[in-house]
Amino acid sequence: MQPMTTEQIRALIARGKLKDTIFQALGIICLAVGLLVIFLLVSDMLMRGLDRLNLDFFVEFASRRAAQSGILSAWVGTILVMFVTALAAVPLGVAAGIYLEEYAKRNWVTDIIEINITNLAAVPSIVYGLLSLGIFVYAFGFGQSILSAGLTLALLILPIVIVSTREAIRAIPAMIREGSMAVGATRWQTCRYHIIPYAMPGILTGVIIGLARAIGETAPIITIGALTFIAFLPPMPFTATGADGVSAGLFDWVMSPFTVMPIQIFNWTSRPDPAFEVNAAAAGFVLMGMVLSMNAIAIYLRYRMRKNIKW
Amino acid sequence: MQIHDTPTLKAEARNLNFFYGEAKALKNINMPIYDKKVTALIGPSGCGKSTYLRSFNRMHDLYPGNRYEGEIRFFPDNTNLLSPEVDPIEVRMRIGMVFQKPNPFPKTIYENVAYGLRVRGENNKRVLDDKVEHALKGAAIWEEVKDRLQDLAPNLSGGQQQRLCIARALATDPELLLFDEPTSALDPIATGAIEELVHELKKRVTILIVTHNMQQAARVSDYTAYMYLGEMIEFGKTDEIFIKPQDKRTEDYITGRMG
Repeated sequence: MQPMTTEQIRALIARGKLKDTIFQALGIICLAVGLLVIFLLVSDMLMRGLDRLNLDFFVEFASRRAAQSGILSAWVGTILVMFVTALAAVPLGVAAGIYLEEYAKRNWVTDIIEINITNLAAVPSIVYGLLSLGIFVYAFGFGQSILSAGLTLALLILPIVIVSTREAIRAIPAMIREGSMAVGATRWQTCRYHIIPYAMPGILTGVIIGLARAIGETAPIITIGALTFIAFLPPMPFTATGADGVSAGLFDWVMSPFTVMPIQIFNWTSRPDPAFEVNAAAAGFVLMGMVLSMNAIAIYLRYRMRKNIKW
Repeated sequence: MQIHDTPTLKAEARNLNFFYGEAKALKNINMPIYDKKVTALIGPSGCGKSTYLRSFNRMHDLYPGNRYEGEIRFFPDNTNLLSPEVDPIEVRMRIGMVFQKPNPFPKTIYENVAYGLRVRGENNKRVLDDKVEHALKGAAIWEEVKDRLQDLAPNLSGGQQQRLCIARALATDPELLLFDEPTSALDPIATGAIEELVHELKKRVTILIVTHNMQQAARVSDYTAYMYLGEMIEFGKTDEIFIKPQDKRTEDYITGRMG
């Protein structure tokens, strides 16, 4: 084959670069479509709900009159349910992930577990709702409480936490593990001093992504029977609950009836009075804000923790 | 050979075979390791020298499907390091290791060195401070890091990281120190520092070192073993191996006709 002349080489590069440019343009268009849709959705909600977005909206309970309705019980309920969800899903998911990566022998049993975890992540959320209705609400007798809802959502995000824990652990180089074992550490010492701290940024990201998914879940919460209209808050620990002056215990709130943001929104959109649509839009905007700020926290924490971890 | 010429045995491989699953990686290895001496393992890539080295601290136990046959006797107590009854953690408590690529933990310099002690349950700050300083001095890195013990170890240069890893291994006073090509990721100056250190360390500890670099083996070791295709071809005093190898294959390798 003849060596190419300079002109031929340049023509070849120009042809190659044209494809570069075309792909780049396509990529930008696709990205813009995605971003634009989100931007339009959020700004549309903001425009329609702007009238109701004031302090009163956050400190008022839902009411029959749209203009006086607020999301107090909804946002408090959402935060409490998320708290229970995190408390249940994080230790379970992280421990399961560590076990599978660091302890479990590779054999057909772990293969089956592996497949099951992947499938678990694909189970429709309403199925988790049905499961929880049977187990938590009736069999365990937790009733239609914050506890039931939190545990339901914990089940829902458990696969996400497990998978992200395992991925974070796998990203730790083998030489770090070997370095730890070589000085005579046990597996647990290696986990405690190295694997868990170094995997923490990844685990945390997974947890928050999971919670961000759980925060918007409606179907399973409706299934277990969350109330759609609720005009009181769960009992604060150590405050008087009623006329008899009995103080609420530290954990009484977990058994309280509740509502959450998506249910409140769903409730308002199904009202005939169009004034409630404004409320729904405003609440939707608040929910978006909650999700985005959770993601922001995740990004910040990951950045902070990763700064000190490099190999 | 006169009696006083014969050094004490620290360890001895006896009919050692090793299998990665079905593949036999070490074939009937018999070899002494002498106390307070440096023994170098040389041979072409894939000859099994690292596999052999990693048998001493049971690193292969970390991964499934690996199997040992035969013995590595460890003295003075005549323990068989490879016995299923001997816990690999016990073995690693007595035998330190320095890896091919410096692998400091993403923690402070201090914590890297203190780690082996913490694993042994030592939490007394005075004791830790003392031992960390002693180990860092032993690894000839104390002067460079004494004012920044709380800095992160991965910010050190490659050569410093490797000496830190040596300090980490030294902190727990191992009886045998394994080096797995400790200078292959380092520049010539850092390599020189490590070699000097190995020379210094043999006063205190028995050393087994895998190296790709024959000049390095000649410079640092008292004994050399040449391995090829999982077999121990020749073992002897370094001078004798390099000047008058007995086996044709050893000669070919060290004269550069092969590998």
